[in-house]
Amino acid sequence: MMTDLHLPWLELAIVFCLIGGLWVGRLRNPHVARNWSLVFSGLALIAATGAWLDFDFLDAVQADDSFHLLHHLAGRELLIIDELSAPLLPLAALLYFLTGLATLHTKVRRFSFAWNLVSEAILLAMFSCTEAWGIIGLLSLGTIPPYLELRERGKPTHVYIIHMALFILLLVVGWTFAEIEGTDRPHTLWVIVPLLGAILVRSGIAPFHCWMTDLFEHASFGTALLFVTPIAGAYAAVRLVMPIAPDWVLHSIGLASLFTSVYAAGMALVQIEARRFFCYLFLSHSALVLVGLEIVTPMALTGALCVWLSVGMALGGFGLTLRALEARRGRLSLTHYHGLYEHTPELAICFVLTGLASVGFPGTVGFVGTELLVDGAVEAYPYIGVAVVVATALNGVALVKTYFLLFTGTSYTSAVSLKIRTRERFAVLLLAALILAGGLYPQPGVLSRHRAVEAMLRDRQRLAPSPIIPSAPHHGEHTH
Amino acid sequence: MPNAAHLMTILGLCVILCPIVLLVVLGFSSLVSRRLPEEVINRLLQSGMIAGLASSTLMLIFMLPMENPHVPIEIGNWVKIPEYEFHIKLIYDRLSIPFVMLSYILSGTILAFASRYMHREPGYNRFFTLNAVFLLGMVTTSLAGTIETLFAGWELVGLSSAFLVAFFHERAEPVRNGLRVWCVYRVSDAALLIAALTLHHFGHSDFEKVLGTESWPYGKATVSEHEALVVGLLMLLAAAGKSALIPFCGWLPRAMEGPTPSSAVFYGALSVHLGAFLLLRISPMLVKSPLLEAVIVTLGISTAIYASIVGRVQTDIKSAICFASLTQVAIIVAEIGIGLRFLPLVHILGNACLRTLQFVRAPTLLQDYRQLENAIGDRLPRLGGFWDRMLPRTGRTWLYRFAIERGYLDALIDDYVVAPFVAIFRFCDRMERRWTDYLSGGKSRESDRLNASPGSLEEFL
Repeated sequence: MMTDLHLPWLELAIVFCLIGGLWVGRLRNPHVARNWSLVFSGLALIAATGAWLDFDFLDAVQADDSFHLLHHLAGRELLIIDELSAPLLPLAALLYFLTGLATLHTKVRRFSFAWNLVSEAILLAMFSCTEAWGIIGLLSLGTIPPYLELRERGKPTHVYIIHMALFILLLVVGWTFAEIEGTDRPHTLWVIVPLLGAILVRSGIAPFHCWMTDLFEHASFGTALLFVTPIAGAYAAVRLVMPIAPDWVLHSIGLASLFTSVYAAGMALVQIEARRFFCYLFLSHSALVLVGLEIVTPMALTGALCVWLSVGMALGGFGLTLRALEARRGRLSLTHYHGLYEHTPELAICFVLTGLASVGFPGTVGFVGTELLVDGAVEAYPYIGVAVVVATALNGVALVKTYFLLFTGTSYTSAVSLKIRTRERFAVLLLAALILAGGLYPQPGVLSRHRAVEAMLRDRQRLAPSPIIPSAPHHGEHTH
Repeated sequence: MPNAAHLMTILGLCVILCPIVLLVVLGFSSLVSRRLPEEVINRLLQSGMIAGLASSTLMLIFMLPMENPHVPIEIGNWVKIPEYEFHIKLIYDRLSIPFVMLSYILSGTILAFASRYMHREPGYNRFFTLNAVFLLGMVTTSLAGTIETLFAGWELVGLSSAFLVAFFHERAEPVRNGLRVWCVYRVSDAALLIAALTLHHFGHSDFEKVLGTESWPYGKATVSEHEALVVGLLMLLAAAGKSALIPFCGWLPRAMEGPTPSSAVFYGALSVHLGAFLLLRISPMLVKSPLLEAVIVTLGISTAIYASIVGRVQTDIKSAICFASLTQVAIIVAEIGIGLRFLPLVHILGNACLRTLQFVRAPTLLQDYRQLENAIGDRLPRLGGFWDRMLPRTGRTWLYRFAIERGYLDALIDDYVVAPFVAIFRFCDRMERRWTDYLSGGKSRESDRLNASPGSLEEFL
């Protein structure tokens, strides 16, 4: 049953970004471009938040825009908001807005605000789209802006192109076969294997993760951050693979993700440069999200969706903090102490807070999600599920080690002031407020994710060609 | 007119609200870079400590006439979905009340001491904020009625400890030691989390359901012998990390890099006893498994012997006191293993108070010695001689080297745990570099231009 939102929020959010992209692209002064980009990005954030709140107010299963403008053009409703996508939209818009906001003067010439807005439009459209080919098209389109930036900056693009081309190819091949085969019988390996491969590549599951480290090496930090933190691969997994995949596929993705989460956590510990460290830290967390998604029990799925949001918010903020430090000190080596605490204590606090939220520290937004995810993983895989605990422990060590290296250990004397700027302070306080509010009052968020899980499981039952037995061995659902 | 039960609920909530309020005020001022004046911080701390201590004392008074002094206070479900509940419940009983009061008394005393000791330190606000985190963690852990609540408090204690060890963060050594402490605590946290998950797996998480509703220590555990052994061993690992039992003893002297007041209250008094507290809390479960009890006794006795030997050759007073404290903690653990309950609790209270006093007197040790020597008109007598007579010279030399190297425990962990771990992942990193170089057709890592090279193992940890 489709319900109408009170305003065309989804269309507005996307149109604001597209118009902004066109307008900002014409501006020659990067400072003016940054300001205008903030205006459009802010409007998109308001529209995306409006869509979320409106949807929440309607208490509907799915909703589409009022006035149906796109329906008149395309002949069918393309943009839909549901329980899964509702909070992802404002989260994505917030990340783009804060990235623009926290871009310092020293970096405005290197960061393309116009392409940033275009990327945001593509991402918001993708999160609003439930049609398979629409998602595939938008995921493919989304890979273009980072490529253009790499090429414009004269950086190597081979690793990125090879992986993204493989991802798109596998996705298209897989879904083409899926359509040919229809829904009246179980899908063959011609569908399953390409789709499985596509998800592994886009999510950076080992050994297909090298494109992500390469992107962080060569692209601007902001672009790389915004390309990975919304975890678009997980969205593709939920929309395209989960409803039709047999249990063994979900098991395979789950186990590969479990291995990746530990492997990436270990790799984060031995990195000697901050961007690569961040990339592995993120990989470990995004793999944890996939672990939860592929277990397909209500508890693990709810945990995965909660961690998806908390990781997006926490590691988005964490990345922005690292980016702010890079803007002050250049690329950050992790082989010696930098001693930046005395110059930027607020960034240090933000670094710790966002980092702790990502590893699920009590009182932060990641705590309950991680608890649910870990519980679900151990329930499904009693022995190897403990790897999730190992991954979070290693991530915690890596996080504090990096904090000490960047902010402490020496007294750093600077010729210029490195203090936090007003815009950065706003970003830090906003993130801190969201992380703590979500951590101290988690019930609404968890309930909303649980409703999304119920809808996902209903879809899986409805679309499955054969009766689906939950992949996880049940030991009796318990309440504890 | 509120009845006794209502009053106790209000008081019980006050006990935990005091550190929360302290943390909110101090933390918020740090976050918005509005540092509070020292005077305001001191007043705030005094008020918080007095209110918390008064509430817990009143709780004790209300509970004294009770036949079964076990007062659970239901805060409610923090999170609830059909498959999962995060239930918050506080338990006031013979174990939690003394521990909470001890936390308030020692923290209050030390914070009063620190208000002068840390006067005009650049990190004055940071110090007290971290102490508020610590106090909240201690109180939460002490009162926890569910394993999740205990875990939350446990993690708060760990985080604040690591950051306080690294308090003088403009030098590298405190920071390295802080990281070391954090690493051990993460192992301890992971063990506790796995223990919690194992309890969930067996279908429990509420302490009352696992350990019985009778007042501590007369509860009857509802788990089987096998379940008690598995969960108990994991809890013991968590306790060993927190209380610096073998093989985790190495972090304790390193923790002395922090300011003396925090060393006193954390590693001499409260934090180091938290492992023993955990074992006491789950003590009804321990009796289910004789094997588990035997392991606890063995670990306690071996740590006590180790700490006693190592403590004798320490060359600085803080390290000597911390090993003396560890010796007693290990004996307490052994006492718990042999089935004693009230004696270890009293032992904890006594040891914590004594070590706090010793730590705060540590900065004036030389002055104290001078006064003593002036009073007796001679040098202080040199103790010892027994081992000189009992052991041959080679044996004494070996023992001395063993003690001065702190039993080579850190070196063993570095060589057999950290070094292989680092070697494996650095090998993977090299392989990844070759793969991306191959795909790129040239050098693929821009970060190499930082001239960064992997540091020594000491740099790593």
